[in-house]
Amino acid sequence: MIAETEQDQAGPVVEFIEVEKYFGEWGQRHRVLHGVSYSVPRGKTTVIAGGSGQGKSVTLKLILGLLKPDNGRILVDGQDVTRLSRKKLRDLRMKFGVLFQGAALFDSLSVFENIALPLRERTRLKEQEIQDQVAATLESLELTGHENKFPAQLSGGMQKRVGLARALQLDPEIVLFDEPTTGLDPVMTREIYDLFRRTQERLGYTAILVSHDIPQVFDLADQIVLLNNGEVDTFTNVGQIKDSEKPHIREFANMTLGDLS
Amino acid sequence: MTFWTRFLFRLGDGCLYVLADVGRMGIFLLAVLAGLFKRPFRGSELLKQLHFIGVGSIAVVFFTALSSGMVLGLQGVYTLQRFGADGMLGSGVALTLIMELGPILTALMVAGRVGSAMCAEIGIMRISEQIDALECMAVDPFRYLITPKFIAAMISVPLLTAMFDVVGIYGGYLAGVKLLGVSSGSFFSGIMSSVTNHEIQLGLIKSIVFAFLLVWISTGRGYYVLQIRGAGFGAESVSKVTTQAVVLSSISVLIFDYLLTAVLL
Repeated sequence: MIAETEQDQAGPVVEFIEVEKYFGEWGQRHRVLHGVSYSVPRGKTTVIAGGSGQGKSVTLKLILGLLKPDNGRILVDGQDVTRLSRKKLRDLRMKFGVLFQGAALFDSLSVFENIALPLRERTRLKEQEIQDQVAATLESLELTGHENKFPAQLSGGMQKRVGLARALQLDPEIVLFDEPTTGLDPVMTREIYDLFRRTQERLGYTAILVSHDIPQVFDLADQIVLLNNGEVDTFTNVGQIKDSEKPHIREFANMTLGDLS
Repeated sequence: MTFWTRFLFRLGDGCLYVLADVGRMGIFLLAVLAGLFKRPFRGSELLKQLHFIGVGSIAVVFFTALSSGMVLGLQGVYTLQRFGADGMLGSGVALTLIMELGPILTALMVAGRVGSAMCAEIGIMRISEQIDALECMAVDPFRYLITPKFIAAMISVPLLTAMFDVVGIYGGYLAGVKLLGVSSGSFFSGIMSSVTNHEIQLGLIKSIVFAFLLVWISTGRGYYVLQIRGAGFGAESVSKVTTQAVVLSSISVLIFDYLLTAVLL
């Protein structure tokens, strides 16, 4: 048990082992992931990048168990999410916080109620404690004064901040960011990345960040995972991508990091 | 592929889709029923849904009941007078409303007003990833979203049906007794002599089954909006699935009306 716990603390937090995923009707199936294997180091930031339709958001849904792979295993802290019961999967999801692409705020609830929802549903905190915790979060994310507004009354950047506030309420060990800067202007994009840096420094979570915001997002990465035609390449820095001999990586680098020829 | 291979392929594919859809709806129902026993219980949401389904439907049910009852009164007098049996008007109006029209028209009104709204609400939450967000927060979406709607519909629809019956009978009284001069005594004595607990129970059972069907189909269609073949994507998928939910609910109510009448009468 002790050995297991130590392994949990030291080993990768998420592992993909020979994962395959198909979409589409039978007879016209499209393969999105083709025997993909890689691991996500604990406490670090992993950026998953790639073109549209390469399976970046699918990867996040597979980690959360919202989608099942057609083959292969996905381990989160050593537990195979593809084989967990509904209850165990729900318990495992307590480790996660998720910032969705469109923030996925509950549009009939106010900002305060959105942020308080995980505390009301998943903890036994008293109402006063919930109010105090939400107020502190609102202040740290510069959202004080907006608690009674509804999501439709907020700008895109503020919706993302509220989404992040909600994702962080239960002190998650792993936070997944699905295209956190989509639809935001450059100033707001920088603000979201600054917020990401600050909260990760403060809370020490493992971050998995899906983004097409290249090359800016690479500045945040401890590991870069490139998805291309269902296959995966991992790098620890942008230099490795530039030095790669693989033609499709060179093409990607030329298009996104400047002409390297 | 030859014509027959293509035909068999499509036939098999269609059968698999229907089986998968039935299976999904079955699993959905089990998950919602399991939600009845899970905590925390959302009492405030139940009250909100009771208000939306019950209180919000009073006006439409009232006017439907009044007009149906008055038409029944007029038609009843017109038909019964031919046989000199207009004293049977109260009995005819009450039995028709309590056993048949009350449960079925209430269910159809609620399916149109509430079923469509529930389906659209859940469907929009699905396509905007709000349901995924609940699952990611380890919150059971069935308990959180669907179970309060189920309980509220099971309480509201029988009560609305009872109101429909009373208002409908009064409508029959207005048309038959007040407008066309049928004896008030024979109208009410006809009701007293013909309506027994059996008829009231039949109407009650029907209203509970109809409530169950319409809330199951409406919320289930919305929940699986992304898996429904031919529904398309985005707002279009929600609109198509909402229409489908109302049509399916209404057809199911009509089919089960016949089955329940055949079994319980």
